[in-house]
Amino acid sequence: MSSQNPTTFSFTKESLKKQFRWSEFLAEKIISGVAFLSIAIIFLIFIFVFKESLPLFSSSKTVEKTEIQVTSTTQPETYGAPTEDLEPETYGTPTEDLTAIDVVETNELEPETYGEAVEELTVGTEEETPKITETNKEGKNNTWSTFLSCEWFPVSENPRFGLIALLIGTLKVTIIAMLFAGPLGVLAALYTSTFASKRAKEIIKPVIELLAAFPSVVIGFFALMIMATFFQNLFGYETRLNAFVGGVAMALAAIPIIYTISEDALSAVPKTYTEASLALGASKWQTAFFVTLPAAIPGIFAAILLGIGRVFGETMIVLMATGNAALNSANPFESVRTFAATIGSEMAETVFGETHYSVLFFIGSLLFVFSFGLNALAEFYVKGKLIKKIQGK
Amino acid sequence: MKDIKIEVNKLSLYYGEKLALNEISMQIPRNKVTALIGPSGCGKSTFLRSINRMNDLIPDVKITGEMLVEGVNIYDKNVDVVNIRKKIGMVFQKSNPFPKSIYENIAYGPKINGIKDKKQLDEIVETSLRQAAIWDEVKDRLGDSAMGLSGGQQQRLCIARTLAVSPDIVLMDEPASALDPISTSKIEELVHQLKEQYTIIIVTHNMQQAARTSDYTAFFYLGELIEMDKTKSIFTKPSKKQTEDYITGRFG
Ligand SMILES: Nc1ncnc2c1ncn2[C@@H]1O[C@H](COP(=O)(O)OP(=O)(O)OP(=O)(O)O)[C@@H](O)[C@H]1O
Ligand SMILES: [Mg+2]
Repeated sequence: MSSQNPTTFSFTKESLKKQFRWSEFLAEKIISGVAFLSIAIIFLIFIFVFKESLPLFSSSKTVEKTEIQVTSTTQPETYGAPTEDLEPETYGTPTEDLTAIDVVETNELEPETYGEAVEELTVGTEEETPKITETNKEGKNNTWSTFLSCEWFPVSENPRFGLIALLIGTLKVTIIAMLFAGPLGVLAALYTSTFASKRAKEIIKPVIELLAAFPSVVIGFFALMIMATFFQNLFGYETRLNAFVGGVAMALAAIPIIYTISEDALSAVPKTYTEASLALGASKWQTAFFVTLPAAIPGIFAAILLGIGRVFGETMIVLMATGNAALNSANPFESVRTFAATIGSEMAETVFGETHYSVLFFIGSLLFVFSFGLNALAEFYVKGKLIKKIQGK
Repeated sequence: MKDIKIEVNKLSLYYGEKLALNEISMQIPRNKVTALIGPSGCGKSTFLRSINRMNDLIPDVKITGEMLVEGVNIYDKNVDVVNIRKKIGMVFQKSNPFPKSIYENIAYGPKINGIKDKKQLDEIVETSLRQAAIWDEVKDRLGDSAMGLSGGQQQRLCIARTLAVSPDIVLMDEPASALDPISTSKIEELVHQLKEQYTIIIVTHNMQQAARTSDYTAFFYLGELIEMDKTKSIFTKPSKKQTEDYITGRFG
């Protein structure tokens, strides 16, 4: 610690003089520097994501999008026309990728008509240029007002960015996933921490945690190829890929998180509580449910919230397993499209500066705000109210 | 010693290979306080815990011999351990209230025994807290967390919690070891009152406490029961040299 030899140490003013331990000083600075850096990075990511959605908030940048609005006032939905030469004009983007996404969407959004409108379209696209400036303002307002609509048709003639539709999709998948993952994860944790023999625990814990290491694309693939067919045979519903399949697949991704954190929380409950309960003549189950579980509730609550966060932001699995059609229905066996999947599937197809592009970034910001809110909720609600409510004031 | 509540016959207990109790035989009288004394590590807690089968929780514990409570061997295969513990309550050395409210701590036992009526629960909570001489201190804050009580209050709360399930036998493992003299004397007084209704077995390191509170005293040494007799006899004319050495403090 210092150059002082303990045996010669004496209480003189000299020996008690403040010392500068510069290795400790350096270590402290480095550690706090790293901590600040990570905070700064998170902050910067948010700024960046939000910045890209900014054009939505100012009127000057919406020009490109509004042009399409003008032409399509009376027309039926006309995107995805399979004729190749038409497409680039309709969207104003000569990228080849567009064809890919169009085909996907046409398959799923059946009500939309396409193909027949070929001729009208050509007319429309020729006319659009002169009208841009006039409808500029209105177009921007339209973008905003479509946020609350229930239709997500970002690349149609009359683009609508119904975030509600995506919200419904996201919530549906999240709820379905949590209905499975929550009870399963927590109960599995309760089992391993209170009932399982040491041997069983040594097997179960690593196996469930291994699931966390699965790349989500593998889970998605499994859901797409096997679970979808299995559930369809089981329940006999129509749409093969739907919110239910996606939700169950997402549960697979969320279970390890919920399990691991709950298990830690449950194992941290002091043995003395268990003993006290058993000594009162409570059975093992009663002890587990009425003493151990409530004592671990803050940790379990945090586990659930983290699980929700995982489901919320998961992209690959939903992209592969939910069918990706932004329908509005409460039916769990219909296709859905989530926020994250929307960004994942459409980002590559948008053009920089387009409204669609900005909207995707806006969704990104929303996701960010959501997860921030979830964490804040976990932090403040758990530390404040919940503990008091369960453990007395 | 006519009215016998517990009869122990050649009870031995092993932690794995290690012998912790060696052929203990004794008789514990009904509605009396029996004190267990002896140097640290001699097996007092082990013996106490074997009376309500708390040792079942420890892996690799092996028990031979008989523990007859009201004539029934509690180590018999057909005996349900949960029911035993309902009848044989235990207060631990370190107070261990649940992280719940004071009310919930007491009501927990009755609730798991199927009592749902709020009025009845209120009544049990009040009686138990009164019995444990803590009612006046907590009656205005039953909804507060039990963790906010002082150590002495927590221990009395734990006693009340044990009484709330109305056991026959109350086992206490050094209930006052971490408490100040005032809390200690409260608990001793409590023990004295409780023996009207309960059979009490108490482990203590405090000779005065044993002398003050108990009717019978058993002296343990190295896993063996050296002798057991009326407390008065043990403290005035012990029959074994080891006992005398121990209680007069000339031990080891
Ligand atoms: N869980 C256990 N596993 C293995 N050995 C144990 C266990 N608990 C106690 N022992 C051993 O059994 C012997 C008796 O322990 P016990 O706790 O009954 O002593 P005690 O008389 O209560 O001591 P103290 O007065 O210090 O509480 C000791 O040698 C102890 O090391
Ligand atoms: Mg002990």
